[in-house]
Amino acid sequence: MSSVTVTEAPNERELLLSTSPHLQSRWTTKQIMWFVVLALLPSVISAVLFFGFAQLLVIAIAVGFAVGTEALIQYLMKKPIAVSDGSAVITGLLLGLILPPHFSLVFTALGAIFAIGVGKMLFGGLGYNIFNPALVGRAFLQAAFPVAITTWTIPNFAVDTVSKATPLAALKFDGVVTGLSSMMYGNVGGSLGETSAIAVLIGGVFLIVTGVANWRIPAAMLVGVIVFGGGLWLIDSSYPTPLFHIFAGSFLFGAVFMATDYVSSPITNLGMWIYGICISLVLVLIRVFGGLPEGVMYSILFMNAFVPLINRYTRPRIFGEVKS
Amino acid sequence: MFKTFPGGVHPPEEKELSEHCAFEVMPLPASVILPLSQHLGKQAKPLVDKRATVARGQVVAEADGFISAPVHAPIMGTVKSIGRENNSNGYMKEALVIIPAKLKEDEEAPADVTMPPLDAETATPDEIRARVKEAGIVGQGGAAFPTFVKLNPPEGRELESVIINGCECEPYLTRDDRFMLERPDAIVSGLRLIMRALGVQKGIIGIENNKPDAIASMQKAVQGFDGLEVCALQTKYPQGAEKMLIKAVNGREVPPGKLPLDVGVVIQNIGTAVAVHDAVTKGEPSVTAALTVTGRGIRTPKNLIVPVGTPIKDVIEFCGGLTEDAGKVIVGGPMMGVAQYNLEAPVMKATSGIVVLTKEEVRAREETNCLRCGKCVDACPLHLLPTRLARLAELNRLEEAEEYGITVCMECGSCAFTCPANIPLVQWLRLGKQRVITMQRSRKADAA
Repeated sequence: MSSVTVTEAPNERELLLSTSPHLQSRWTTKQIMWFVVLALLPSVISAVLFFGFAQLLVIAIAVGFAVGTEALIQYLMKKPIAVSDGSAVITGLLLGLILPPHFSLVFTALGAIFAIGVGKMLFGGLGYNIFNPALVGRAFLQAAFPVAITTWTIPNFAVDTVSKATPLAALKFDGVVTGLSSMMYGNVGGSLGETSAIAVLIGGVFLIVTGVANWRIPAAMLVGVIVFGGGLWLIDSSYPTPLFHIFAGSFLFGAVFMATDYVSSPITNLGMWIYGICISLVLVLIRVFGGLPEGVMYSILFMNAFVPLINRYTRPRIFGEVKS
Repeated sequence: MFKTFPGGVHPPEEKELSEHCAFEVMPLPASVILPLSQHLGKQAKPLVDKRATVARGQVVAEADGFISAPVHAPIMGTVKSIGRENNSNGYMKEALVIIPAKLKEDEEAPADVTMPPLDAETATPDEIRARVKEAGIVGQGGAAFPTFVKLNPPEGRELESVIINGCECEPYLTRDDRFMLERPDAIVSGLRLIMRALGVQKGIIGIENNKPDAIASMQKAVQGFDGLEVCALQTKYPQGAEKMLIKAVNGREVPPGKLPLDVGVVIQNIGTAVAVHDAVTKGEPSVTAALTVTGRGIRTPKNLIVPVGTPIKDVIEFCGGLTEDAGKVIVGGPMMGVAQYNLEAPVMKATSGIVVLTKEEVRAREETNCLRCGKCVDACPLHLLPTRLARLAELNRLEEAEEYGITVCMECGSCAFTCPANIPLVQWLRLGKQRVITMQRSRKADAA
């Protein structure tokens, strides 16, 4: 499939030969990845703002070990070292941002190694992983260090009413409702990058406007959470409101950065809708009826497993085809 | 909102390089290479021998079969050879080589051969069809289907409209744009002749909205004619593909394996309408090609009228030659055109352009793994799954590829254009499609 260069004797010129199309769009894998990195910067800034400069170290360790693990595995497998494509940087950033503040640096490193090693490279590397690698890393840490990963610290600028627990845990276990505005800014308990809704939204708008992220998945998740969360809330108003579902915990972060991960999400438009809505359904069920306060990680990982099936059964109707 | 179809891509348009260049007539070349197969269908049968003297416009090869078109001598001269020559589709094909005749002092040059002009207002459908057939007109949109066949739909087919394709959705090309600016009345006349031949009352000229001058020009030209209208369309590739154009104009979808005829539409290119007008009212056979010569690899971009058969290198020379950094010569547009390895290959009846890209512009990008981003799925105007099909083609899983509709692919290249991982998607699909078609043929043969 490569192009051939021929020397054209009568014209004494080298002309490139290849089949059409002879033009390419400006997008490259690398560019897309670095745009995602850029979109994550507001969340990094909010993490530092609310939990202190020490958090940069957590994020840096996650990124460093993610990139290092990928490079090492590629080196050992005698494959080209492709870490400059930025995908491992993203995995590291995402993992770092979904960890609790002041998380152990050793555990962080282990999580990053697991995320890349098991979540990505074991499946064949970029493009072949079934599950979102950062979430695989987080799930590993949750299983291995359950106490450490649910130990939350009070953010900077916190007002008296803010508890150490996350808004979801506060509601679930103590019946305390956290105000929306606190969750918007991010001065609430929770993981580094997901507490500030505004920072996540800035990144999300950037990704959707530039066309990097497909808008359908976040839109489907919003529809799903409003329908399922709202439905339950209408039945019994002691359940959280849809707005609370949206702004508490990692719903937004998951919708913008985790569920939209190209590799582990569907490729068809209808599939994206099904995928997003189902994530929200599972999420609401876990949050409302499950034993855990939060369920974004599990709901996305759960739906990741269905993506091949969704792709298979949502083949678009071919142009002009009449489905019988 | 301008009308369009779902899907497609937005390549850089690059029309400004040549859109303000009025047509120039190129002087006669030192020789012409005249392929006998310049159209889809059966190659024409030569009527002249080596060393014969031919007049401009003389039929030198006759149509052989229903889907075929005659070939006329584009210049007065002597037949130098009949044999296999390169053509710009990348194949060696049977061709006549004609060189200008060296006449003796007392010898008179044979006069140009034309057909008797007909009155555009009174020509009957049969006369129009006969003339189009005799003139050897083929579709100017790229596929080069004999136009006469399109004017002869099978009995009992209900036709509703003729759509003239003025989209010119290929980047760089401006030939149709220039035609709409310089010869709007010929286009309208050609359209009305085509409509009369088909017994159709409705004629639509579809133009992308990146050509506002052409839209204005054609709107003026259709004024006062019943049943004619100009339809402005959103600028998007491949808007000019027949199926996409019909979808955009009247919302109908041509089913896989069917023709525009099946939804009551006949589509003709702008250039074809002009050729029909010239053949009927001036008696001119199809001996010239109108084309855009453009790109950053050519010194002076131009829109040209050249004798059919002119070697590409002569055309390039007439446009100031290639630049130092020229990297690829494409016949046709950059999205579906054919890269040339031999610039001796000739311009053919349906050649719409020569685009020369620079080395920098054609530098190959590294292919990376599929990210499953779905951009190709979004881009495919026929709603196929290019990434899936490419994989199936690569793995030679032909039955699955067939099931996923690989034969529907029209090879527009939108998927490969849009792929951030630089996977040659349409190239894989082409290969897979060929293999599936071969498989289908052998299956049919087995069944018989």
